[in-house]
Amino acid sequence: MKEFWKRFSRNKGAVIGLLVLSLVVILAITAGFIFPGDPFQSVGKPFEPPFGEFLFGTDTLGRDVAAGIVHGARTSLLIGLIATVLAVGVATIIGGFAGYYGGWIDDILMRITEFFQTIPSFIFALVLVAILSAQIENIVFAIAAVTWPPITRLVRGEFMAMRNREFVQACVVLGMNDLLIIFREILPNTLSPIIVTGSLMVATAILIESALAFLGLGDPNVMSWGFMIGAGRTFLRTAWWLCAIPGIAILLTVLAINLVGEGLNDALNPRLRNQ
Amino acid sequence: MSLARKRVHYAGRRLAQAVPIVLGIVVMNFLLLQLAPGDAADVLAGEAGSATPEYMAMLRERFGLDQPVWLQLLIYVKNILSLDLGFSFRHNMPVLELIMERLWPTLLLMGATLLLSVGVGILLGLLAAARVNTWRDTFISVLAIISYATPLFWVGLMLIVVFSLKFDWLPATGMESVAMFYEGWDRVVDIARHLVLPAITLSLFYLALYTRLMRAAMLEQYGMDYVVTARAKGVTEQRITFKHVVRNAVLPVVTMAGIQVGSLLGGSVVVESVFGWPGLGLLAFQSLFARDFNLLLGIFFLSACLVILVNLLVDLLYTFLDPRIEMK
Repeated sequence: MKEFWKRFSRNKGAVIGLLVLSLVVILAITAGFIFPGDPFQSVGKPFEPPFGEFLFGTDTLGRDVAAGIVHGARTSLLIGLIATVLAVGVATIIGGFAGYYGGWIDDILMRITEFFQTIPSFIFALVLVAILSAQIENIVFAIAAVTWPPITRLVRGEFMAMRNREFVQACVVLGMNDLLIIFREILPNTLSPIIVTGSLMVATAILIESALAFLGLGDPNVMSWGFMIGAGRTFLRTAWWLCAIPGIAILLTVLAINLVGEGLNDALNPRLRNQ
Repeated sequence: MSLARKRVHYAGRRLAQAVPIVLGIVVMNFLLLQLAPGDAADVLAGEAGSATPEYMAMLRERFGLDQPVWLQLLIYVKNILSLDLGFSFRHNMPVLELIMERLWPTLLLMGATLLLSVGVGILLGLLAAARVNTWRDTFISVLAIISYATPLFWVGLMLIVVFSLKFDWLPATGMESVAMFYEGWDRVVDIARHLVLPAITLSLFYLALYTRLMRAAMLEQYGMDYVVTARAKGVTEQRITFKHVVRNAVLPVVTMAGIQVGSLLGGSVVVESVFGWPGLGLLAFQSLFARDFNLLLGIFFLSACLVILVNLLVDLLYTFLDPRIEMK
């Protein structure tokens, strides 16, 4: 663990990213305390500029932008995290089986994966949300449904490489159950690339979610950054900050996650780094 | 077999393999859209304010929506196979005609984006890798990391704020100034001016990706044995970079660019709706809300074909760039 931290903190960007990300996480957790009540509630005159009575001003309906940002952090992180866990879970099972068994199982599973990669992913996510109705669980499902194929290919590659290693062969000879070999023996050894890809996938998921919400397909009952930008869009000329501020929030969060992901990569795959 | 014939054979086999994939996509999307609440008749009736059940039934009969799902699917697949994509009730014209009309703005936008992101990405990656760990490298890398994390639609809006609203240098919406009736060169210039902001917006993310990829690939190539050999022979650094390293480093960038054509189409939905660019992405988005499913299915069909075709082209391009790669 100490070794891990040493390698992680050698990457300055990763440390900065971790600090920013921690701040966003703390804001998201304490959103209910900092800004109690509904962020959709109007609290003042509309179109108050930032740094006046309200830190980030008020929007078209007099809602506090700062409250929206803090509550939006919760939405973005939650959706990004759950969608990624879902996608990584599916990818691990499919990629794991395909890589471990090879042959016709691999053929079929990879055809299915390629099939989903041929459909333009964002349009597919749009259609899924529109059909299933814009609720938070459907949005999570749609994001997971379009992000699993690339992770699956990665997991498959890792499993294929592990399949012929001696410790796996030993397990096979010992007559160990396939499922046990896959999940107890191989999976722990492929965890670091999966974790790194997963962490970067959270960033992608947040970007997809914000784009969906921007186009009006976010959950109408949940405050989100994409929704705020979409709502402020018509008033770009008079109140550009309504779009600018949530955008900066997305940018900083996604940037922080990417930096942390790279730090994790350095820390978990030291061999790669030293090459 | 000669190389040219090999290529033709390879392309033919790949296209044949693609047919079941495309058909699968058509069938899946068709069934998926059946799950959607409401159909064309509902939307038309809703717009008319009110409609009698008889009128709704008549509409459904006219669109063939009263048939059982499996029969609708069968008819649809049969029509697709003869390239008949059906009729768009919303636009009152055949889907194929409508898509072809909207295809070229999207191709224009995607082409400009690909050129910009691959070209500038390769250039920036080269500049960064040539002087690794200097301020120039750091500057380019930081810029790439930030661009990589920026939401597309937000970049578009901010570019509009700066370049259209504040300075009034470039138009913010549409593809041309229709009211001006430009012709010839004036029209080309007008469209080019409209293209600048959407193309920059859409390419920023990919540009960042290709810059990082190019930089990493260049650094990897610099460590290869053949570079050491070239240095030992006394070849100049400049020649090593441009004659040897760049050529090899371009390969992964080209692959990535090919893989991302599908994602580019998705991105164009967002960018086209920010800039009101009259392309396929905007059309897909509008047809989704108008429950114009024939049109949406047609767009899905066409974009799947496009993705497969571009991937094939990239693979063929590959065999030109690197003759060692075999066509399996």
